[in-house]
Amino acid sequence: MSVRVGVITFPGTLDDVDAARAARYAEAEAVPLWHGDPDLKGVDAVIVPGGFSYGDYLRCGAIARFAPVMDSVIEAAGKGMPVLGICNGFQILCEAGLLPGALIRNSGLHFVCKDQWLKVENNTTAWSSRYELGAEILVPLKSGEGGYQATQSTVDELEGEGRVVFRYVGDNPNGSRDGIAGVTSANGRVVGLMPHPEHAIDALTGPTDDGLGMFLSLMDEVVNA
Amino acid sequence: MTIDTVKHAETTPDQEQPFRELGLKDDEYARIREILGRRPTDAELAMYSIMWSEHCSYKSSKVFLRKFDESLTDEMRSKMLAGIGENAGVVDIGDGWAITFKVESHNHPSYVEPYQGAATGVGGIVRDIIAMGARPLAVMDSLRFGKADAPDTRRVLPGVVAGVGGYGNCLGLPNIGGEVVFDESYAGNPLVNALCVGVLRTEDLHLAHASGAGNKIILFGARTGLDGIGGVSVLASDTFAGDDGGGKRKKLPAVQVGDPFTEKVLIECCLELFQEGIVVGIQDLGGAGLSCATSELASAGDGGMHVYLERVPLRATGMTPAEILSSESQERMCAVVAPENVDAFMAVCGKWDVIASEIGEVTEGERLVITWNDEVVVDVPPRTVAHEGPVYNRPIERPADQDALVANGPESLARPTEPADVLKTVLTMAASPNLSSRRWVTQQYDRYVRGGTVLAQPSDAGMIRIDEETNRGIALATDCNGRFTKLDPYAGAQLALAEAYRNVSVSGATPIAVSDCLNFGSPEDPAVMWQFERAIQGIIDGCRELGIPVTGGNVSFYNQTGSTAILPTPVIGVLGVIDDVRRRIPTGIGAEAGETLLLLGDTRDEFGGSEWAHHVHGHLGGVPPKVDLARERLLGEVLLAGSRDGMVSAAHDLSDGGLAQALVEACLIGETGARVFLDSEQDAFTQLFSESAGRVLVAVPRSEELRFTDMCTARQLPWRKVGVVDPESESLEFQDLGQLPLGELRAAWEGTLPALFD
Repeated sequence: MSVRVGVITFPGTLDDVDAARAARYAEAEAVPLWHGDPDLKGVDAVIVPGGFSYGDYLRCGAIARFAPVMDSVIEAAGKGMPVLGICNGFQILCEAGLLPGALIRNSGLHFVCKDQWLKVENNTTAWSSRYELGAEILVPLKSGEGGYQATQSTVDELEGEGRVVFRYVGDNPNGSRDGIAGVTSANGRVVGLMPHPEHAIDALTGPTDDGLGMFLSLMDEVVNA
Repeated sequence: MTIDTVKHAETTPDQEQPFRELGLKDDEYARIREILGRRPTDAELAMYSIMWSEHCSYKSSKVFLRKFDESLTDEMRSKMLAGIGENAGVVDIGDGWAITFKVESHNHPSYVEPYQGAATGVGGIVRDIIAMGARPLAVMDSLRFGKADAPDTRRVLPGVVAGVGGYGNCLGLPNIGGEVVFDESYAGNPLVNALCVGVLRTEDLHLAHASGAGNKIILFGARTGLDGIGGVSVLASDTFAGDDGGGKRKKLPAVQVGDPFTEKVLIECCLELFQEGIVVGIQDLGGAGLSCATSELASAGDGGMHVYLERVPLRATGMTPAEILSSESQERMCAVVAPENVDAFMAVCGKWDVIASEIGEVTEGERLVITWNDEVVVDVPPRTVAHEGPVYNRPIERPADQDALVANGPESLARPTEPADVLKTVLTMAASPNLSSRRWVTQQYDRYVRGGTVLAQPSDAGMIRIDEETNRGIALATDCNGRFTKLDPYAGAQLALAEAYRNVSVSGATPIAVSDCLNFGSPEDPAVMWQFERAIQGIIDGCRELGIPVTGGNVSFYNQTGSTAILPTPVIGVLGVIDDVRRRIPTGIGAEAGETLLLLGDTRDEFGGSEWAHHVHGHLGGVPPKVDLARERLLGEVLLAGSRDGMVSAAHDLSDGGLAQALVEACLIGETGARVFLDSEQDAFTQLFSESAGRVLVAVPRSEELRFTDMCTARQLPWRKVGVVDPESESLEFQDLGQLPLGELRAAWEGTLPALFD
């Protein structure tokens, strides 16, 4: 059975080609989805990729959240469809209320592009089951507004329920609370993270192929469902 | 608002016009009157004054630039699809792929407003690439600033870097390399040279032509505003004073403001238009805005053109025709479209929410006619605006102090002789602003987007995979050592060419073409023109010897701090092609267990213009290192063979800082230690810090050592075993001198820029 993974393009989306390539590397079929079209084309999962949707004007993800396609994504996520938000996609999912918290300007005030070690803190989500718990993976981080922030009670809840999926290893690159790099929804189906697993699927063009595990995890999830 | 029409101009021949304020000389103004047979209207004067400026007309450099074309051999011409004179040069790289690339300067705006100046520099060069029908692939930037610790450098550098990153990152173009150089001569005149490279199928090449009477001219992208009008504002203030009810017009900065989101959408919109095959010709709007786009499109076509200026979407009220024509508002393109395709064109623009307006059409005849609400404000032969501007043969004279400069060689500078001092110099040099890690800068640039980046900084060259099926790719490097060019412009330009060529070669790619960005002082200074003439001749002769053509570029004059010209800085970008990016050669050592370090080439006592003389002694004098382009070609061939046969596991070009710096970088990038054996025949200092050209440090797997060195010997390329890679070691050890722990080296190398700019 062919697994169909939708990849959304908003005006200003940049990493849609990379997300689609990552899905193909995992032997899924990548299906382009357009911001203005609410039709999810019968996909099994959705990736909201990185970039600067609508120029990140107003606030990162704040405008994209209202695109027609997002209404469908919110509805589908409510029914348990796996959704992955990467970087700007993570920001959009937070704005859309699918994930808790918000992303603010990096503590160093500069855009940061670097290869970043992450620790896998939850390997039971739809997007992280291929990793060993506690494994350390090396993937690119590239963002100017990647500082994860949430209220103390939200952070306590996330930590308590094991919903932090990835945590930065070593120096905190952007001032995220508790070094949080990625979180998941209560049901473990929606995952958002600032680093870019889709840029680490082949050691030729990325630092490693450590990121491929996320897309292979999804394949297991859909095929075994 | 009174508009100065052609009819009005005919009846008021003696009206005073502010042509001098617009930068036109008396004889240039007289020539415009002669061409038109009357005085120009305000709008025409605005067009001519901008298009005949040094920046647009190349009036001081044209006589030299012609030599590039004249010097092309059949070998050089064989892969060129478009050359100098188009928006960007295009070369055939095989398999039906073509690559277009160009470097352009945005120096002066970046001093006034570092962030926006640099950002719009990136935006402009990217539009040049789109205008060739290509998808932009990557950007690079070649930057020069005043002394690293000068207060104003703290203002300019962070702004420029943030601008390059802010714009480029938002466009989704990986930044794969470039340069950052500090020298006092750039204190009041930083250099911001942006390079963009794009890819297209050979059959999709779009040249800027406005052919076919009846075809429509469509302006699309951002609205036109009062930004970047610069000098033309004198027309508004002089001619139209009081027209706005007595109030002064709002002055906007002469530096344009960029909107990368609009440009990103414009890129995708253009690519979809190309794919649909509904564009006859396309031109970007950069410097000189609509003046340039309309006159160049009309000149390149086979007819005339009629533009209805009132149809241009504006973002300011009360703009005059002259202002609309000279506005440099960013993110705009102009296309020529057959009438039957206009609806389809508009539909694509609609999909991307790009504003598009039909502003005119191609006409029979040979005139560019621009009307404003049915009144003719421009009626000119377009070639006289775009191509037949003034050409100057500026006086040339070797600088009076050149002999003294050359005579003041580095021989008398105190050199370290004690082992401890030599080792200390390795650290000092690694931490010098010009040799230290560029990470503080490059970490602000996205190098991963689009998933094709195979090599990026700190590699010697950037490399991009262009075909995921075949793994065909390209490599790019930019270089220039302005100190060498100051000592000997001819040799210095060739050394820049040689270094960029070598940097492409060490990546495993084959150099095939050159784009240059020639940054010099005032062309009205005969000494500067001497530097310029010698540098161009050096590039021309060098390219002939290397067999690769200059396919395009840019000249930037009037770069000076106060009245002192910058170091002559002909930045050379070399493009290479690689049939399979999987065989790329990395810069860092230690990828394979058991590697031998070899030094290819000859090391002579050459310290004129070296980084050591500059950093340690503040000295500039003597002659630059010897140029041997045949050697560079041989090096390229040997590295290619080594890469093809899997004989080379790492390679790093030797340039600024010599062998010591190459070793430091190879170890730190590869996170691996090494043991180095120096030659007892030559003093350690010379071996470690000389900047002799034509040298490369290579790491070869021990199993390949004999095969590789036999090949070098057979091809008469000098080589010497200089050490072994030691993965177990945490230090860089120099036999008989001592060792430097990698941690200490890394702290020195990586600490400098953060300490200066964080």
